[in-house]
Amino acid sequence: MIEKALTGSSKYWAWMAFLAVLVGIGALSYSQQFQYGLGYTGMSRDVSWGLYISQFTFMVGVAAGGVMLVLPYYIHDFKAFHRITILGEFLAIAAVCMCLMFIIADLGQPMRLMNVLLHPTPHSMLFWDMIVLNGYLFLNLLVGWTLVHAEYKSPHRPVPPPKWIKPFIYLSIPWAVSIHTVTAFLYAGLPGRDFWLTAIMAPRFLASAFAAGPSLLVVMALIIKRVTKFDAGQVAIQKLVTIITYAALMNFFFIAMEFFTAFYSNIPGHKATLEYLFWGLDGANSLVPWMRFSMFIGAIAMVMILLPKTRYNEKTLGVACGMLFISLWIDKGLGLVLGGFVPSPTEYITQYYPTAGELAITVGVWAAGFMIVTVLYKIAISVRLNVEN
Amino acid sequence: MDSQRRKFLKMAGLTAVAGMGAPAINMLLKGEVRASETEASTAPALPTKSVKRLGMVVDVNKFGANPGLAQKCVEACHSIHNVPDFRNPDGSIDKKDEVKWIWAEKYEHTFPDASQYKRNVGLEELPVMTFCNHCDDPPCVRACPTQATFKAKDSGIVMMDYHRCIGCRFCMAACPYGARSFNWRDPRPFIKKLNPDFPTRMRGVVEKCTFCAERLAVGKIPACVEATGDTKAMVFGDLNDPNSEISKILASTFTIQRKPFLGTKPSVFYII
Ligand code: SF4
Ligand code: SF4
Ligand code: SF4
Repeated sequence: MIEKALTGSSKYWAWMAFLAVLVGIGALSYSQQFQYGLGYTGMSRDVSWGLYISQFTFMVGVAAGGVMLVLPYYIHDFKAFHRITILGEFLAIAAVCMCLMFIIADLGQPMRLMNVLLHPTPHSMLFWDMIVLNGYLFLNLLVGWTLVHAEYKSPHRPVPPPKWIKPFIYLSIPWAVSIHTVTAFLYAGLPGRDFWLTAIMAPRFLASAFAAGPSLLVVMALIIKRVTKFDAGQVAIQKLVTIITYAALMNFFFIAMEFFTAFYSNIPGHKATLEYLFWGLDGANSLVPWMRFSMFIGAIAMVMILLPKTRYNEKTLGVACGMLFISLWIDKGLGLVLGGFVPSPTEYITQYYPTAGELAITVGVWAAGFMIVTVLYKIAISVRLNVEN
Repeated sequence: MDSQRRKFLKMAGLTAVAGMGAPAINMLLKGEVRASETEASTAPALPTKSVKRLGMVVDVNKFGANPGLAQKCVEACHSIHNVPDFRNPDGSIDKKDEVKWIWAEKYEHTFPDASQYKRNVGLEELPVMTFCNHCDDPPCVRACPTQATFKAKDSGIVMMDYHRCIGCRFCMAACPYGARSFNWRDPRPFIKKLNPDFPTRMRGVVEKCTFCAERLAVGKIPACVEATGDTKAMVFGDLNDPNSEISKILASTFTIQRKPFLGTKPSVFYII
């Protein structure tokens, strides 16, 4: 089956080569960070987590988002998802791999990673996060591979997937919810970080995940349709858009709830970070343009998704989903984690600016993720097109 | 800023929640009820989680009366414990790489939630010694995925195992007091004068005040306390022992703790 990824057009290879260059630059930068220590990044005593952990958090959401295909297809027997459910599962694999890479990039002593398993600590949420993430990776590898392999084995006579795989598919559904819930608990359980100390952290994470993951899938499905003969189908795409619409609305609703609670209660600690993110605090405002831009393109994307004219046009739909994805990425992949450190526990305001090397490592991990997803999609689509011809 | 009223609302809300929820949960978990969650000066009488519960009383006024004393404490601690000194080219502290175990902070930063409107003149300028509280319910220990930071059962000291720490910095996000530092780069070239009797750290691990566990083990008192001499600006002792000096001070003096409403139960008390 692997051989499907080893043959391809010159465009395929050019794309892979481009990604490989980015991965290479990232790896080189990482070796420098490994030598020097995490001072290589822009993190500091006050802002002790930066881009790595914020990207990690966002990618957990993308991974969990795949369940929005698995659930309708397997539980509600929504047949139109037949062709693209595998795309959701393979996207989850790539996203979890990126999560693990970001975690490793963030560790001060990466060689000691196994200490988490050697000294299991159930009262630490990070311990549980490691368990559920690796479990989710395993589940998606197992399910995705088994399903594609079944098609690969008998290209001319459609065979149903083996029966034993069903329990694993069902298990992967609550498991997807668990990965993002536990990731939210990393933040929501910390005393003294008022911005994170909110019971709707996990629901908000899930809502943004169920919008961001499928948005990315729509964009990728539309691209795949242009570069291959594989068409996810109008019905499936439109169903995904419905899911995205509701999830994104929930997400923006939850953000509004945070604003209400903070500003109506008028408790300074709860307002501080929101003020920092959207207006600036004591002149510190490095994230303000980002957050405002996020809200702005998020709103435009929502309008485009809701209007039939732009929703049923593939080009505008692609643009809308892309914009929504970027909006959610800024909101969760930047603001949520970085903002939580401002102000510090002793109420100092320290701003964080990633360094060039840190950016290179981050881009490298993204490129590695795209490589994984490209290879997996190449395999899945080649097998699928083989079946259909 | 009408911060007094805001503070009252915040405190009232939080104590109401703590008052309703915590005892019930405690009863369920342990079959016992704690008299008060915020403990104040009755701390020694309360059940705690270790045999001894070592703590400290810091008299801020005595630091005000003895200029230079705060710096002496910091130097005593940092030189004994090989704490690196990161400076910018202009001599100011390099905030990015900074490692510190104890430092003189302004009142409004050590007690950001207690910054009353119109507080007494002078308080602003007093050096408030700030370091790890060795919390009885430490969130840093709860967060650590490897038990590299842990609470010693016999003394209640929150300790660090530099050889186990993976450098995830979850404990730094979890500590509500900013007591922890991370070694962003190799600290060894930045140690002013190496003390061969105490280990140095490597890059990529977290460190903080250890209540001088290594000195206590050989019968000495913490270096910062020693540095205050007979000013009694810092008093160290067992909070679980009602006859200890520290317990007697706490029983007779009004003291405050940092952010007691978070339920961490700090073992460091301040006389303001
Ligand atoms: S002050 Fe911070 S580092 Fe010290 S025990 Fe409490 S939570 Fe942990
Ligand atoms: S940085 Fe070290 S001490 Fe802190 S939580 Fe991680 S492993 Fe534990
Ligand atoms: S108790 Fe010891 S380790 Fe802690 S601040 Fe004082 S001298 Fe430093």
